[in-house]
Amino acid sequence: MILHPAVIANVVASLIVSGALVYAAVYGIQILRRWDLQSGDEYQLVLERRTYLISTILTFACGLELMSLFLYVFTANNLCPLFVGAMCAAGTLNVNPYGYPTLVLKIIGFILAGLWLILNHADNQAYDYPLIKKKYLLLALLVPFSVLETSLQGAFFLNLKANVITSCCGSLFSTEQVKGVGSELAALPIVPMMWTFYCGMGCLMASGIHFYRKGKGGYVYSTMTFVMFGVSIASIISFISIYIYELPTHHCPFCIVMEEYGYIGYALYIPLFGAVVTGMGIGVLMPFQDITSLRGVIPGLIRKLTLTSLTLYAAFMAIVLYKIATSTLVL
Amino acid sequence: MRAWIEKQRYLMDFTLSSLLRRKVKNLSLLLLYTLIVFILASAMFFTDSIKKEASLILHGSPEIIVQKVRAGRHELFPIRQIDRLKTIRGVASVEGRLWGYYFDPDVGANYTFLVPTAGSASVTPHNASTDVVGGEGDESAGAAVPSTEPLYRVNLDTLKSGTAVIGHGMARLRHAGTGDVMAFRAFDGTSMNFRIADTFSSKSELVSADLIVVTEVDFRRLFGIPVDVVTDVVLSVNNPREISTVATKVAKVLPDARPITRDEVLRTYDSIFNWRGGMMLVLLSAAVLAFVIFAWDKASGLSAGEKWEIGVLKAIGWETADIIQMKFWEGAVVSLTAFFTGAIVAYLHVFLLSSVVFEPALKGWSTLYPQFQLTPFVNAAELTTLFVLTVVPYTTATIVPIWRAATLDPDTAMRRVGE
Repeated sequence: MILHPAVIANVVASLIVSGALVYAAVYGIQILRRWDLQSGDEYQLVLERRTYLISTILTFACGLELMSLFLYVFTANNLCPLFVGAMCAAGTLNVNPYGYPTLVLKIIGFILAGLWLILNHADNQAYDYPLIKKKYLLLALLVPFSVLETSLQGAFFLNLKANVITSCCGSLFSTEQVKGVGSELAALPIVPMMWTFYCGMGCLMASGIHFYRKGKGGYVYSTMTFVMFGVSIASIISFISIYIYELPTHHCPFCIVMEEYGYIGYALYIPLFGAVVTGMGIGVLMPFQDITSLRGVIPGLIRKLTLTSLTLYAAFMAIVLYKIATSTLVL
Repeated sequence: MRAWIEKQRYLMDFTLSSLLRRKVKNLSLLLLYTLIVFILASAMFFTDSIKKEASLILHGSPEIIVQKVRAGRHELFPIRQIDRLKTIRGVASVEGRLWGYYFDPDVGANYTFLVPTAGSASVTPHNASTDVVGGEGDESAGAAVPSTEPLYRVNLDTLKSGTAVIGHGMARLRHAGTGDVMAFRAFDGTSMNFRIADTFSSKSELVSADLIVVTEVDFRRLFGIPVDVVTDVVLSVNNPREISTVATKVAKVLPDARPITRDEVLRTYDSIFNWRGGMMLVLLSAAVLAFVIFAWDKASGLSAGEKWEIGVLKAIGWETADIIQMKFWEGAVVSLTAFFTGAIVAYLHVFLLSSVVFEPALKGWSTLYPQFQLTPFVNAAELTTLFVLTVVPYTTATIVPIWRAATLDPDTAMRRVGE
């Protein structure tokens, strides 16, 4: 293990997130089993109070998860000089088999926590907690992801062995480690990817606006936000990054969050993550529109979510177009 | 949206006035919090900027250093073997280096003697100069290769037999200046005098503090090194991707030699400083833990006044969620004030006051230690790390107590005042 301050911070953050989630889930399970709104029992009152604690913890965990996602990439980037062949975060994450799965789990964890918060927000607006069992089921689903993520991240950091000169008369290192770790990610072909991205974004905007105006096609829009999230990440790797780096061979999706590129990655990823959570939130809320106590709540909330996700995708798109337009790279 | 912002504004307004009402309690928490942030931030800023400094210096060092090893010990390198290294494809140039250490018993310090490599000098004999661009790691303070960004310059015209150019640290230690004469004991016990021709600028002190540059003849005479050997050999490789291949070939051509690549030196330095910084944080984690317990205690031990306040707020219609939001703003105000104050004070401490508090622990120690000012270097990654190590544990510790306080029943809260 490498005793770097950022590694310690990552481990601390993950332990706190999964600890908090397990803590919340324990009470969540009690709620799942014993919740009875009709009862005037003292225990029911205690459970009702606990819901506040759990939603506070989840809000905190969701924010921390997003922060730890970026911190993880930062750390991987900081550690890259320690490994032969690693040029940036992409190389460090490749040093052992736990790097990338941890990253994927962090993204899933963030999205699930975000969806939980949307569900919770809707539930809190109604007087009779209609979604309580569903939301604690989702919480129970979130916990294994978080625990797995913490364990994988632990395994990743514990198995990082820096390639250093171990003693002044130690054996030569370079000959032993001739095989380098590739830091380039496999990128999809640029031109078809560009078409997919622009057409997909066009369809997404059109279906979003249509849904916002007419209130029809919510599931389509929600699915599209999810699909376009994947397409956008693939596009960042395929062609957006090379416009930012102004280098046709550099496809890394991580270097863009670094200082050298003016932290432009934040401006791309934060709207993108926000957009996918709010967009998917629409699909999560739609099945509950007909619940009596939520009838007055969900349509308004869905409209807000639609507007937010549309705005965030538009912001993402605007930054992408701006970067491509101002880039000196011509493809 | 507007209503939400207005609500948060009122909540913040209320929070600030409520914080100010309990000045002493909050001030003690704030002070302790700031101190914790300050200590952690100082340790992190210092290690990171020294790491940055080291990597900037080492980037100018030779691509590969080849040392002769016998029975696991470093040996002198026979000059006749240099030609064999030149035959390796991909090697741009090979130069022998002469350098060594000299212990001065009078001041108890070690000096580094170095002979500037004549590569550049032989091409332009007049006004010749050698750019010294970096230290070679744990063994030498200077490595002479022509490079784009010289750290200091030795004018070979001023350096004649019997003269030396010395580092600023040495000049300070021995109270010597240009024109003075310094005596050294040669290997055979005889005394050798050197007139100081020049001193290195204090800007390069990090790498030149203990450096003495002399001519090759003087160096061999001082240490009794025969003319057919050099201390080690530096290889420059044009294509950085070929460095490891060239190193492998060197090991094949000269099985008794040890090639050290620049990346290995860089990685080793990085690890050392990472380890020092990490170790410091692990040691300080006890302090953070103590602080977290303190914060937990502060947050759960509500005073009668605070309970009464919450009771009144709930009685006049505040909801549990509102109280939690108010407490969130309270935490945000305290945390952000402490975080930014701590980080700014740490910045001043490290980059303006040369981190007087942590210097002995982090810098290492030596009689002849360079005096240097670190280049201010702080980035978002460091600040995020610092945030996760300080604000996040604090927030975690206060969530449950805040919830407990917020779910107090108004009548219980107010009734307890009289107890």
